[in-house]
Amino acid sequence: MSTMTTDASTTVLARMCELPAMVNGDDALVRRGRFLDCDFLVGVGDVPVYVSVRGGRIAALEQGERLTRRTDFAIRAAPETWLRFWEAVPAPGWHDLSALVKQGAASMEGDFRVIMANLQYFKDVLARPRARAAG
Amino acid sequence: MVATFEPIIGRYLNLDIAGRPHRLYFEEAGSGIPLVCLHTAGADGRQYRHLMCDPAITDHFRVLCFDMPWHGKSNPPDGFEREEYALTTESYAAMILAFIDALELEKPVCMGCSIGGRMVLYLAARHPDRFRALIGLESADYQDPWYDLTWLNRPDVHGGEVCAAMVSGLISPTVPEARRQETLWMYKQGGPGIFKGDLHFYRVDGDLRALTPEIDTRRCPLYLLTGEYDFSCSPADTERTAAKIAGVEPVTMRGLGHFPMSEDPERFRSYVLPVLDRIRGV
Repeated sequence: MSTMTTDASTTVLARMCELPAMVNGDDALVRRGRFLDCDFLVGVGDVPVYVSVRGGRIAALEQGERLTRRTDFAIRAAPETWLRFWEAVPAPGWHDLSALVKQGAASMEGDFRVIMANLQYFKDVLARPRARAAG
Repeated sequence: MVATFEPIIGRYLNLDIAGRPHRLYFEEAGSGIPLVCLHTAGADGRQYRHLMCDPAITDHFRVLCFDMPWHGKSNPPDGFEREEYALTTESYAAMILAFIDALELEKPVCMGCSIGGRMVLYLAARHPDRFRALIGLESADYQDPWYDLTWLNRPDVHGGEVCAAMVSGLISPTVPEARRQETLWMYKQGGPGIFKGDLHFYRVDGDLRALTPEIDTRRCPLYLLTGEYDFSCSPADTERTAAKIAGVEPVTMRGLGHFPMSEDPERFRSYVLPVLDRIRGV
């Protein structure tokens, strides 16, 4: 696929690569997700990032299109949106996944039962790069 | 650590609400002008515990916080197991007025947050002469829904966890972590279907847009304060509501979200103390 790789996209995708280490190194977060096995897609603009969770740990993370890959759900936003979401102190409306969805800056689709049953886990996982931004 | 008592006293009140016997738990602290505080949907009166321990407030106000029936330490009424709980404008107003009457409170101030903030608008329109002043926190006459309420009460999703997770994003990212977690803890403790049932008032029964223009602040002063991180009842929602009411100047509280009194009590007091000073005329 033809994807314009912007500076923002490059930054976000680089931080996404660090997500497994960030999550798997957080015992409380892994414990929160200890009953969770799922596969989901994080959209960074046009670039899909496939995340596999097993027992609350991120078992695999792959960037780039994988045609026909099965996922439970997808969360998509522009690279600039992820950067605003990950600011150390995000601005109102950019501070929470549901806030992003409500204002139209992100979308969620797929099996909402998986999302809702583990909502705080997914919120914490996807906000995890914020701690890095805070230093 | 030296053991200390807080000045908060809790009691149980047996009273009829809309003709039905209820056992209601409430807490109070301080003396002076009665200040009745209404908690948010799916929570309980503990949200106001810091207010009740603040001498700058309790030296001048008798602060009273009741747990709504079905919430906190207030029982659901006998027979609750055969009905689906759904708060309505009528039932909500009835419990507040019954509580005020039972305690023989003379022209109290009433401060409510979220659904309590919505109810304050109803009280301003329908019962202005019963109150000395009204304070709406995170208050608007209508808000756009932002999720499907059915997720809050079903057997395959843990109710406490999902209720807390849904509201967690309404808290400001700047607040002390312990206060954030305490605010969420109350949501994790709520009875099954109770948060959802409260939101029946918010989403279905309590659209007050037609009523708001009837509010006459000359009969009862009204104050509206909303946290900037609240995307459920946003500052824009409050401003739109206030634009229809003469004599209301909405305040946006920086660094606060949907639960100002419990998520960052220190910051909240800097906004609410000037309001309380105005109400008591200083």
